[in-house]
Amino acid sequence: MNAPTLPLTDQPRPDSIIAWCADGPVTRDQFLADVAQCAALFPPGGHVLNSCSDRYHFLVGLAAAAVSGRVSLLPPNLTPETVARLAAEHPDLVCIHDGADAIDGLPGLGMPPRAAVGAGGLSVPQIPVNQIISHVYTSGSTGVPGTHLKTWGSLVVNGLAEARRLGAAGHVLVGTVPAQHMYGFESTVLMCLHGGAALWHGRPFYPADIAAALAAVPRPRALITTPFHLRALLDAEVAVPPLDFILSATAPLSEALARRAETTLGAPLLEIYGCTETGQLASRRSTATRAWELLGTVRLAAAGDGHAAHGGHVDGLVRLSDVLETVDETHFILHGRDADLINIAGKRTSLAYLNEQLTGVPGVADGAFLMPDEEPDDHVTRLRAAVVAPGLTAKDVLDALRQRIDPVFLPRPLIFVDRLPRNAASKLPRAELLALFASAAGGGGR
Amino acid sequence: MTTTPDAAQATPPTIADVAEIIVAALNLDMTPDEIDADGALFGDGLGLDSIDILEIALVISKRYGIQLRADNEDNATIFRSLRNLTDYIGSQMPA
Repeated sequence: MNAPTLPLTDQPRPDSIIAWCADGPVTRDQFLADVAQCAALFPPGGHVLNSCSDRYHFLVGLAAAAVSGRVSLLPPNLTPETVARLAAEHPDLVCIHDGADAIDGLPGLGMPPRAAVGAGGLSVPQIPVNQIISHVYTSGSTGVPGTHLKTWGSLVVNGLAEARRLGAAGHVLVGTVPAQHMYGFESTVLMCLHGGAALWHGRPFYPADIAAALAAVPRPRALITTPFHLRALLDAEVAVPPLDFILSATAPLSEALARRAETTLGAPLLEIYGCTETGQLASRRSTATRAWELLGTVRLAAAGDGHAAHGGHVDGLVRLSDVLETVDETHFILHGRDADLINIAGKRTSLAYLNEQLTGVPGVADGAFLMPDEEPDDHVTRLRAAVVAPGLTAKDVLDALRQRIDPVFLPRPLIFVDRLPRNAASKLPRAELLALFASAAGGGGR
Repeated sequence: MTTTPDAAQATPPTIADVAEIIVAALNLDMTPDEIDADGALFGDGLGLDSIDILEIALVISKRYGIQLRADNEDNATIFRSLRNLTDYIGSQMPA
């Protein structure tokens, strides 16, 4: 018996708009033609690294991989170390890119120009619900990267549940987060395939770029962003065109920033809660309530001394590392994120993973990262690290780390010590590490 | 950098002015004249990343009344070096 299928997109008509590019709207028909063209050009191989920075190109590459039975890998970064590990795991790996993003050492396919659309009315491909569409990665509490497989069925339910909660159908989504990371993947890509939204092709960076991108698309429109980008936008005091909603995720947003955003931008600010393993689980309007409301049919269950998520797009029962308190069947309060997980400006990793990378640098005898307590001002808090590495300079260590981890996780400061204050069990108490940095600091600096 | 003027500066910055902005905005543990005018600000040069750049861009927009623009986050041309950034600010200011 054949597995059940779901269409590539639920955009209802051939002329439904699925994306906006610099030259205007992209219809479902144009999208389907672009997907068919890209799928036909793929070199042999079942695994695709989609490094397109243009969000529409990313969408076409993802869809072309899906309709041709390929798996898209969505690693948290593209450092040489990560690319080498993925290429070793998947010898058939190819890279799809949009020119500037070609990856050295991988066979690549550059995104071709827009395909010609014939008479129109192209049929929408069907994809088996149990087909693996993407691999997403977590750094894991042990420091060993974990791979999570996302099926077509769960991605469709994921996009639909979010779009329904946000009322995103018919909106153009302008995202400041990359399509390759789970939050951007769900909130700027999946909701366009299933959920009736359309994506803006670019990823605006500077505040003036964000304002210009919003002005380039019609209402209703929404900004998909992070506390860091949102604060920069408000601080810059640029004129922002009217918005219909703002979405924030990846880091806790202060209530003050939420209020300021709603007042200044004149639109409701919604926050999304989730993790890479499960995808997004809940949302809230931060100025109205502390309680998070679970998406769709997602539910929480007690698991050990914590909680697990199940139902909806969540595959099985997935243990959550954060500290939650359930309010009722569909609401909970978030009391704290897992102290081991690090999230800086939308990029995720774990302390255990970073420590493993640091101690893996040749010449480093011992080393540890520390995440200082966050200041409640929506500024980015930087990691610090202490290292025992006689014979190495700070530049040696930082250059080696740059090959292994995303630059936003590089330590500021990196201090050199004779030994780390490990206890008898070889553990590093946080208080001891904090004291070490306090005694090393001659003031601020990095 | 002892005072912050209420209105934007009218004269284009010197390399030393921009170096001072970078050191102050990022709380760097170095003096402005230690930044090489033609060295890389990114990567294995000064080691700045996109978070730093947004912080610096905010200070520049306030002080010189200009808004920085890029095609995307990876468009690092403006921030390639201290000299490039200084020239860019000057070129965006009203003559």
